[in-house]
Amino acid sequence: MSVSHEISPLIRPRSKILTRFGSEVNWGDFAFRRVTALLAALLIIALAAMAIAMVHGSAESLAKFGLGFISSQIWDPARDVYGALPFIYGTIASSLLALCFAVPISLGVAIFLSELAPGWLREPVGFLVELLAAVPSVVYGLWGIFVLAPWLRTTVEPFLAQTLGFLPFFQGQQRGFGMLAGGIILAIMITPTISSVSREVLRAVPSALREGALGLGATPWEAVRVAVLPYARSGLVGATILGLGRALGETMAITMVIGNRSEISASLFAPSYTMASVIANEFSEATGSLYLSALAEVGLLLFVVTVLLNIVARLLVWRVGHLPQGGSL
Amino acid sequence: MLDRYARRKYSDIFVRSACVAATVIALVPLVSVLYYVTSRGIGGISWDFFSELPKPVGESGGGMANALAGSFKLLFLACVFGIPPGVLAGVYLAEFGNSRFGKLVRFSADVMSGVPSITVGIFVYSLVVLRAKHFSAFAGGVALGVLMLPTVTRTTEELLKLVPESLREAALGLGLPKWRATLRVMLRTAAPGIATGVMLAVARVAGETAPLLFTAFSNPFWSSGLNEPTASLPVIIYNYAVSPYEEWHRQAWAAALVLLLLVLLLNVSARLLVRNRVGAR
Amino acid sequence: MFARRKLLVGLLFSLVACKGNQAAPTPVASESAPAVKSGEAISLTGAGATFPYPLYSKWISEYNKLNPNVKINYQSIGSGGGIRQITANTVDFGATDAPMKEDEAKQAPSKLFHIPATIGAVVIAYNLPEVTGTLRLTPEVLVGIYAGKIKVWNDPKIKADNAELKLPAKEISVVYRTDGSGTTAVFTDYLGKISPEWTEKVGVGKVVKWPTGLGAKGNEGVTGQVKTTPYTIGYIERAYASQNKLPMAELRNKAGKFVAPTIEAMSAAADAVEVPEELFVSLSNADSEAAYPITSYSYLLVYEDAKDAVKGEALAKYVWWGLHDGQKFAKDLDYAPIPAKVVTKVEGRLKELRSGDKKLLSGA
Repeated sequence: MSVSHEISPLIRPRSKILTRFGSEVNWGDFAFRRVTALLAALLIIALAAMAIAMVHGSAESLAKFGLGFISSQIWDPARDVYGALPFIYGTIASSLLALCFAVPISLGVAIFLSELAPGWLREPVGFLVELLAAVPSVVYGLWGIFVLAPWLRTTVEPFLAQTLGFLPFFQGQQRGFGMLAGGIILAIMITPTISSVSREVLRAVPSALREGALGLGATPWEAVRVAVLPYARSGLVGATILGLGRALGETMAITMVIGNRSEISASLFAPSYTMASVIANEFSEATGSLYLSALAEVGLLLFVVTVLLNIVARLLVWRVGHLPQGGSL
Repeated sequence: MLDRYARRKYSDIFVRSACVAATVIALVPLVSVLYYVTSRGIGGISWDFFSELPKPVGESGGGMANALAGSFKLLFLACVFGIPPGVLAGVYLAEFGNSRFGKLVRFSADVMSGVPSITVGIFVYSLVVLRAKHFSAFAGGVALGVLMLPTVTRTTEELLKLVPESLREAALGLGLPKWRATLRVMLRTAAPGIATGVMLAVARVAGETAPLLFTAFSNPFWSSGLNEPTASLPVIIYNYAVSPYEEWHRQAWAAALVLLLLVLLLNVSARLLVRNRVGAR
Repeated sequence: MFARRKLLVGLLFSLVACKGNQAAPTPVASESAPAVKSGEAISLTGAGATFPYPLYSKWISEYNKLNPNVKINYQSIGSGGGIRQITANTVDFGATDAPMKEDEAKQAPSKLFHIPATIGAVVIAYNLPEVTGTLRLTPEVLVGIYAGKIKVWNDPKIKADNAELKLPAKEISVVYRTDGSGTTAVFTDYLGKISPEWTEKVGVGKVVKWPTGLGAKGNEGVTGQVKTTPYTIGYIERAYASQNKLPMAELRNKAGKFVAPTIEAMSAAADAVEVPEELFVSLSNADSEAAYPITSYSYLLVYEDAKDAVKGEALAKYVWWGLHDGQKFAKDLDYAPIPAKVVTKVEGRLKELRSGDKKLLSGA
């Protein structure tokens, strides 16, 4: 049967090759699916390549220290002995502290922008909050050294020591630089991420829910609390986890204000050290294969933590899109 | 009855004020940083800044023209490496992404966006620079492109999914093949939003220093083509800011100001593009 | 719309690429330094220590004025980075403050020379708002402070040498470097020499486990902390202290005199120490009346056998120029020039540079 140009691809017989290799009716669709799939695979390949490179790089350190790397507190390049526990603690503690500051604020911003703000205010304020993400990390670091840390040292920390000094969190020498400064700077940097994603999640909630609550006589806040937030809860937690991921990987700014001391202490005034910081600080100068391998292993640990958190975030965010619509909440 | 009403009314006002307060608190650091950078940097902005090469300490009239050009070059390369693959990968995820393969791609994109930029830099260094035995703008562009890729992919996917199906159905009903319907109709409708996501990704990589140190290196002179190391604004800002000289500090702040203005410009153009189309709320 | 943006960026790019090809600084007639064949554009890349970066930038700029077709690109990614890059052959020369260790040298594909290029000093900067005179520190006090044994400013051990100063009864805030650095290597090298206990308990190197204090990133981080936080003490490169007008402590040297970190004192230290065959040596705790005790050389790393003869020759000529004419720029930038007798020794080593069988410097 001859192929004519006037016959639409939807009714003319499909080429035998096409039929054999796929379900599409024309070459365009066939190529489209495979080309885009190839490019999508690029992401998996890039990630796998990075993971393999990191494992390869940390081979020597993994072999020498094994699990002891995670439990040891000694990081001593002069003696070629490495243990990453202080960095793991510093990373997790500073990120959680950042979340404590950033989540309420970001949620407030997201609710304000999506539910409560008048239309003319939404664009400019949303734009300004997102601008926080555009400031380079180095600039945040310098601002932290010259503005934030002195302010903490002269105003905030003495106040906290006076009022809440009986708690172990607010004891010790007040230097401005330390866990508190690190947490605050991270919070500032992850607020745009959490608030933007939260804003999108809140917008994705069907308006029927909101309108239903308002129609029943709820105040704006009640409508949000009763109808919108429960529906969006998983998505909001997912947004938080995404912000947490960003906080874990942040390097420059936090290095400049956290004090960089590999010690574990409960006090917020005490200096600390994160995994990303130790890599950034020591990679340029590191020589010696065990040293470099230990740094690579720190990177690998950070990678593993990021993967775990993303699995949790994916599960939670996925749930939002699969909740039932309408009444059965 | 009155009590309960009053309670509800006041808690509503309280929470609304708290949200406003939260927004104000979120903006305070931004204002402080902007003020700080502007007050330090405005003195260094001059015609020389935009036209001269960097000069060593002690000589006046130095500028960052090569760093500006270098940043543009690197961002251009980053876009070439990051946008087409990212957008098309996002299209795949939106159209065909419900399989296990699709979930794996999505997961990879999310994890990749959390990898510290210094790790990406080291990775591209071992992949490109060590093989070629020299630093290059090309390597820098690859590193920045890899950093952009996950954000562009996920933004494209999410925004494509928000386009109403009725548009696709109309296109198919008019006889367009599936791929044409997706690209010409769905993608084009989602384009302003995707552009916003892309601009945000570009804005983020415009300020990255760590990945460039091991890939594009830097250059006190002009760099021609793609195979030479090139200067860039964030690297020069870092180099000057950590030096002992007040003169270089001033130039670093000026460069930081220019970088912020550049990013501001990108953000504003993204917003303008969005406003030109009819969009959701 | 994407197309429009790409077009715009593409236009910018082509503009930039065109500009890159024509722009070049105006050449100045040269008299003394050996000129490279004009017309043949040569570009050299170097990477390494942050400490000499301002000096090398000046050298590169001046050398380019004399030889417009030679473009040298030096970036400070750290001494360790420099050693790694020159070993991997991604750059033409490296730079380091601390000399390469044996195992590092073994990893290089062929023999690397250390060329002393300039001299710097690590100073002890402090922030004592009430004190007007200059602080004097003995080695024992310095070790005590950094070991955490001397905790307050008005400790009797510090007062002993500073009778006329009003030292406050405040805790000493100690600052050290967290990033790997040649500055730390030089400082700990000195502390190790004056206190065997320090070597045993803490160690010597670019990164050590400090017994006490707060860490700051980079010389600028330490400077920032000392500047903004009262009662702080920190060790930094001399240029940072003098440029930021921070007071520098006088240290008692091996000969028993309290010496301030002046250029003359740095040169005196270099004069007092004999440079061995390998051309690298520690200058700390030099035995001379006028010497400042925490001084050090900074080295360039150059392959003995250059793979590319043209580049190798250009590099050899540049290093020769730096060793001679380049030294006159040192003082203004807070570095000390290499002493004459060391220059002679290095000249001999530079003459050994070759590419294959051909010697790179013939006479000059």
